Amino acid sequence: MVDMSVKIGAVTLKNPIMPASGCFSTDLAQVMDLNRLGALVAKTVSREFRTGNPPPRAAEVEGGMINSIGLPTKGIDYFLQHQVPDYKRFTPPLVGSISATTIEDFEAMARDVAKSAIDVLEVNISCPTRDPKGGNFALHEEHTYNVVKLIRATTDKPMWVKLSPNAGDVVAVAKAAERAGADALVVSNTILGLKINTDTFRPAIGNKFGGLSGPGIKPIIVRMVYQCAKAVKIPIIGCGGIVKVEDVVEYMLAGATAVMIGYLTFRNPTGMVAIIDGLEQWCAKRGFARVADLTGAMIDEAPMETFAAAAAPIG
Amino acid sequence: MSAEPFASAPYVVGESARPVTVPHIPAQELPAQELPAEESLCPVVSHDWVNDEYKHLVVEASPKALTVTPGQFFNLLCPSPDVGELFFRRPQSVYRIDRERGQIEFLYKCVGRGTRGLATLEKGDELNMVGPLGVGFRLDPAWRQIVVLGRGVGIATLGPISQAAREGHVGVTAILSARNPDFVMADGFFREAGDVVSVLDTDGTSAVENVERILQSLIVQRLADAFFTCGSNRLFQLMKRLGKAHNIPGQVAMEQVMACGLGPCYVCVRTFEVDGKKELRRVCIDGPVFDMQEAVGW
Ligand SMILES: Cc1cc2nc3c(=O)[nH]c(=O)nc-3n(C[C@H](O)[C@H](O)[C@H](O)COP(=O)(O)OP(=O)(O)OC[C@H]3O[C@@H](n4cnc5c(N)ncnc54)[C@H](O)[C@@H]3O)c2cc1C
Ligand SMILES: Cc1cc2nc3c(=O)[nH]c(=O)nc-3n(C[C@H](O)[C@H](O)[C@H](O)COP(=O)(O)O)c2cc1C
Ligand code: FES
Repeated sequence: MVDMSVKIGAVTLKNPIMPASGCFSTDLAQVMDLNRLGALVAKTVSREFRTGNPPPRAAEVEGGMINSIGLPTKGIDYFLQHQVPDYKRFTPPLVGSISATTIEDFEAMARDVAKSAIDVLEVNISCPTRDPKGGNFALHEEHTYNVVKLIRATTDKPMWVKLSPNAGDVVAVAKAAERAGADALVVSNTILGLKINTDTFRPAIGNKFGGLSGPGIKPIIVRMVYQCAKAVKIPIIGCGGIVKVEDVVEYMLAGATAVMIGYLTFRNPTGMVAIIDGLEQWCAKRGFARVADLTGAMIDEAPMETFAAAAAPIG
Repeated sequence: MSAEPFASAPYVVGESARPVTVPHIPAQELPAQELPAEESLCPVVSHDWVNDEYKHLVVEASPKALTVTPGQFFNLLCPSPDVGELFFRRPQSVYRIDRERGQIEFLYKCVGRGTRGLATLEKGDELNMVGPLGVGFRLDPAWRQIVVLGRGVGIATLGPISQAAREGHVGVTAILSARNPDFVMADGFFREAGDVVSVLDTDGTSAVENVERILQSLIVQRLADAFFTCGSNRLFQLMKRLGKAHNIPGQVAMEQVMACGLGPCYVCVRTFEVDGKKELRRVCIDGPVFDMQEAVGW
């Protein structure tokens, strides 16, 4: 028996596998048992109704996909009255994700949403296709600090802050979020990208730029998780390009306590459940009694061959 | 049944990725049998070119896949046609459901990498399908005569509803619009279900005005209790206009680029209008079949 549970601050998950915001809804109950998941993560909600960006909203790229959904939402009232109860039909803890364009509205959103039955508040300050004039606070450490600080003052709910890989200095932003009172960091949202249709010479998606996700971004995000884990004490949730058990192991070795999965669900709708089972087997096979022991277990020294090669004279 | 449900995530990029197999899930945690859709591996029974662009694919389907209803679709994991990978599935509606033989058929047009990859599957290969998905066509018991109007490969999507109408002793008139006779696929199949009118670009009969005349005459003959269409925005607009003028209910099967095919991602939206108010709906789960008067078109 492998102990698959992990602790993220005050929240205990029965396993480290969660869906990523925007890539999950109770609609997935069409194909899988949602109660198997470590947590449920709702799509980011804003105060007012938003239609989102014009279609086409996503395109395939080598290594994954690019999307510009643009955070469509039915608004906070609908979320609280309909979506929260809908998620609460299932047993895993519920992570509610919020977004806003001003820090005042972020504070008000946090207050309103934290009062609901959600178990964790995820603060999405990193949507790359959000209106460029606002909302993408995670690009800057002081903006991150200010918004997280204000939200922290309004609620005691566990607060996870979702960072952006598009920030120049992600580690500085991570430290700012920690200083401001975040309980955990989600590393990370998508990488801003562009795909051009070579038949039409136009952007492949309606919003021109979009967020890159999928297996192609994984090494970048694993590196960021590693760097952030070295720099902060709060738990880190790795997110980006996970498609198999070994990817989860890699994130945990780099320092993640748990992970979120987006793209894989599009390719294999029951992939998250397969990974939960596969991860347990992997741990059993490798003699890990607790999956949590993987966190930060990476050995920093380069592989032995490097020393062997250096020692062996060439020619 | 060789098309076993398939619970692993055999994501393969390079060689390091091995399929994750799931030998044991505690019984009480087994996904409930009543889940409406599943990922299944379905052996290819036959796969033939119909003309130089369209292919007809027959697979042996899992029992759950066989619960598919007319207008619903499957999201197919197509093999890659080149050295790259395919990162999205491709949606295809069912063209024919053969419950006795346990087979599902698709009729598709090769347009890009996904469908070109799909075309490489050979008899005996396995096709990974997720489904059945979406909201299909509805037949009201009060309807005695329906009209289906398909253009190009959109004709495929109208096959099963015509089949179901025939089984329910509802009369079907199928108007099949295509570039030339080679592309009027399956008119034999539709003939089994009812009357077939082929209209072509080559002789000009596919012009909207001509199709309008045909529809008007069906309305006058009381052969049009309901309209069904797929494949052409112009023909959809025509049916919508006539449906509105003559108070004939209608349904349209729509398409949109999809990512998840299941509802969460909001990639597949189209615009709809109800009582003058515009709204976005997801083709994959709110559709792909929609009320004709509420759809705005594409
Ligand atoms: C519910 C549904 C049912 C469908 N049923 C059928 C069917 O029975 N037979 C059939 O031939 N086709 C059907 N399609 C369309 C089919 O999914 C697309 O032709 C296919 O995805 C194109 O993939 P590709 O990689 O070959 O082309 P790509 O290179 O991806 O694209 C080629 C062209 O097809 C368009 N396209 C891409 N994806 C889609 C999509 N999901 N829907 C519509 N257009 C798209 C692109 O915008 C582009 O213009 C259906 C689509 C939907 C949404
Ligand atoms: C279609 C789509 C919609 C997304 N919507 C959101 C969202 O609403 N909020 C959010 O925080 N992240 C959103 N994301 C980002 C994902 O949560 C995740 O951070 C990213 O996709 C990387 O993980 P992946 O490579 O496993 O997909 C979205 C991603 C995709 C592909
Ligand atoms: S394709 Fe994801 S919601 Fe329709």
